[in-house]
Amino acid sequence: MTDASLPNAGATPKSGSLHEIDARTKKRNAAEKRFRVYGVAAIATGIIFLIVLLFAILTNGLGAFHQTFISVPVYLDEAKLDKKGNRNIDDIKKVSTFGYNPLIQKAVLKAVEDAGIETPLTKSKNMKALVSASAAAQVRQAVIDNPALIGQTVEFRFLASSRVDGYLKGRVHREHLARDKNIDAEHLDIVDGLLPSGVVKKSFNPAFIFGADASESRAEQAGIGVSMIGSLFMMLVVLFLALPIGVAASIYLEEFAPKNRWTDLIEVNISNLAAVPSIVFGILGLAVFIQFMHLPQSAPLVGGLVLTLMTLPTIIISTRASLKAVPPSIRDAALGVGASKMQSVFHHVLPLAAPGILTGTIIGLAQALGETAPLLLIGMVGYIASNPPGGVVEGLMSPNSAMPAQIYEWAKRADPAYYERAWGGIIILLIFLISMNTLAVLLRRRFERRW
Amino acid sequence: MPLLWLCASVLAIAVVGFVFGRQRALSTAGGDIRSLHSLPNYYGWNVFMKATVPAFGLIVVWLIAQPLILQNSIAGMIPESEIKEGSNIGLVMAEVHRTATGLENAVAAGVISPALATDANADSAAVTAMLKESGQVVTSEISQSLLNAAQAFRAMNAKGNLWMTVLGLVVALAAGVFAAIQCTKDYKARNAVERGILMLLIAAASVAILTTIGIVLSLVFNTIEFFRLYPALDFFFSPEWAPSFSGRGGSSKLGILPLLWGTLYISIIALVVAVPIGLFAAIYLSEYATPRIRGIAKPMLEILAGIPTIVYGLFALLTIGPMLVSVFGQDGLGWMGGGRAVMTAGIAMGIMLIPFVSSLSDDIINAVPQAMRDGSYGLGATQSETIKQVVIPAALPGIVGAVLLAASRAIGETMIVVMGAGAAARLSLNPFEAMTTVTAKIVSQLTGDSDFASPEALVAFALGITLFVLTLALNVLALFIVRKYREQYE
Repeated sequence: MTDASLPNAGATPKSGSLHEIDARTKKRNAAEKRFRVYGVAAIATGIIFLIVLLFAILTNGLGAFHQTFISVPVYLDEAKLDKKGNRNIDDIKKVSTFGYNPLIQKAVLKAVEDAGIETPLTKSKNMKALVSASAAAQVRQAVIDNPALIGQTVEFRFLASSRVDGYLKGRVHREHLARDKNIDAEHLDIVDGLLPSGVVKKSFNPAFIFGADASESRAEQAGIGVSMIGSLFMMLVVLFLALPIGVAASIYLEEFAPKNRWTDLIEVNISNLAAVPSIVFGILGLAVFIQFMHLPQSAPLVGGLVLTLMTLPTIIISTRASLKAVPPSIRDAALGVGASKMQSVFHHVLPLAAPGILTGTIIGLAQALGETAPLLLIGMVGYIASNPPGGVVEGLMSPNSAMPAQIYEWAKRADPAYYERAWGGIIILLIFLISMNTLAVLLRRRFERRW
Repeated sequence: MPLLWLCASVLAIAVVGFVFGRQRALSTAGGDIRSLHSLPNYYGWNVFMKATVPAFGLIVVWLIAQPLILQNSIAGMIPESEIKEGSNIGLVMAEVHRTATGLENAVAAGVISPALATDANADSAAVTAMLKESGQVVTSEISQSLLNAAQAFRAMNAKGNLWMTVLGLVVALAAGVFAAIQCTKDYKARNAVERGILMLLIAAASVAILTTIGIVLSLVFNTIEFFRLYPALDFFFSPEWAPSFSGRGGSSKLGILPLLWGTLYISIIALVVAVPIGLFAAIYLSEYATPRIRGIAKPMLEILAGIPTIVYGLFALLTIGPMLVSVFGQDGLGWMGGGRAVMTAGIAMGIMLIPFVSSLSDDIINAVPQAMRDGSYGLGATQSETIKQVVIPAALPGIVGAVLLAASRAIGETMIVVMGAGAAARLSLNPFEAMTTVTAKIVSQLTGDSDFASPEALVAFALGITLFVLTLALNVLALFIVRKYREQYE
């Protein structure tokens, strides 16, 4: 008996066609749509976060590449700089930067008067707030380099003080001046007056990229160049240690290791080390390299060693993957014509895996370049990286900073002018990271082989 | 730099050995390569390897052992009375080191005559004055016994260095000559060299184990030292964290509970941000997205993973913090005191973890066999019903593993909390208050502190081992869950 033959007494048959959607289907379809929207929203949120982050970096950081300069002719008064008048370099060197300050302030005041600005600040001492404290050292250096300048009027381009710079960049507002003991509203009036004549001018500041860090009160002078050299030396250490050790370890584990307890132990170790928090590597570096082996604190060598240990798992994992990707037929062919196992690996497998290894190494280096936490523990922060190292040994052994450590150091300082520098430093750091990653991607695209 | 010269000489010996070994093998074969066992260069490498490896091994061992032996014998020379109240043998030894280096530099600069520097009866006050004059860093007055210890240290050090140089060169020469004598035409040079290379490979692979041992030992020894100075029970169960730096021990309260709470609270907020976003992103990318959208969206999310943590730290400190303050701060709802808060760090960390959660979950969802989806569609389920009731339950262990890995990352994260979370240790429920974490305190207790004698510095190692154990346990658990799940489908 079939259902159809039954007299259908109670239940009414479902009316309508399949094309007419009933309530339950509607609900299910709505749920489907909602679910899809959640997914899109999640991805959109992630991308919005990325855009906000990049936007924050660019808007806050690009200002660091431009700096306000004051160009004025300075009369290098012989009576002040070389009293004896015989141009003896030792006598000239005796005049400290304090001797140069009045000359500079006088020159700025003259520029103000020439521009015809009405101001209650008529003493040359009042001009101190406009010019960076580094100006005197700049003039002194120029005079020592060329004593013949004494007695002449020479055009100099000084950094403006960080408040003046902040005013032109919109960081220092007139409403907040009451609380600021470094600069007054009258000073800002002068700055406004000097702008049209081009005496005060914002222009590109290469010293931020190539220069050294400065003391807390001279934000306008600070640059990231020296810590860039510190990072460079650390990366050299990482490259020269992590690459050979990582490749050798991977070759052993992938090609030669017998299946035994020891090999298992090494494998488990490597995967665990990849997940150890970076700060723990900092503790290791502090305890082993500094406390136990008495290597110098804050030295790029120690930083490089710590980062090497941290990067090793990354390099080993990617190297093993690229060794695994070389088909066994290559090895068999080499063995078949009489090569030893070692020769087959070093002469055939390794060259074929090289692009993959290189890619992995570059990515590992990029990771190491941005790492900060371990560097804090081995003391690569808290002082001023002011002198570029003289040679390779000094570069490795003498205290230096590194790019991310320098950024952290700036972010910690009280003067908001340093925040701009920190963001600017991040732009430079990201440029390095992006170019390294792009290089890795290009290498992979160019040399990757599908077997 | 005598060490550099020593290494250079050993290398020079090895290079000469290379040429000589190769020549010798060729000459025993009468210049006919075919009658050699191995290619000629293998004979050269054989000599090179045998000359360098033992010599460098000896030098490395010597460099590690010499300071230890010196330390012990010098420590015996320092009278008990020299160790002052509140000091310990480590600090005195550091002083001896400084004095010895000071003497060395002063002699090199010509301020102190070599005879005076080694004279055991030299007046300590006069020597101190001379050292200070030559710009050497010497703290306070050097006592007579300390000066003598430093002089003995310097003498023994010089003697040790001399012996190391002599022995290193002798070993390199002897082993090189021995290897060169081996190089006849029937010697299996290739096998010898390949055995050597294999040893090198094994040594490189063991670096991973050495690193782990180094981490564990440096943490354990310093933690034991800490628990000797500070009761372990107080460390683990005291609800107060108040290190004092003036009192140097005694009055500090070093309870880990507020730090653990801060760590967990920030991690939970980070996961609350990262897990839903990451998971839904992964579901959309693996189930709905066309290859084109996937090809754009996935790399963009992964950029977030490549950004260094210092950037997120700065972003938290200077962007998220002020933004939150403008809404929840004094001018807004009044919940928030300053820009540094649990919420600030948590959100920044959450953003950092999004790609981590999404790419791990993506892999796991992709690993669910298509047949399961097809079966569900065949029964009339919509795509979202299939995902919710079939795909996610099947992938759940893997997703849990991914979340645990993300949690372990969050717990170990340092820069974001150092910059965004504040420095006050608190047990509080308000997410807009500043709190601090285990990692942030490790940084603040160890930065700029070069001696490890006080409990305030040593506590960082106890914190470190807690962190290490915590993250390791989470990782092992996560990997265990992931592996167990993988077995079901592969």
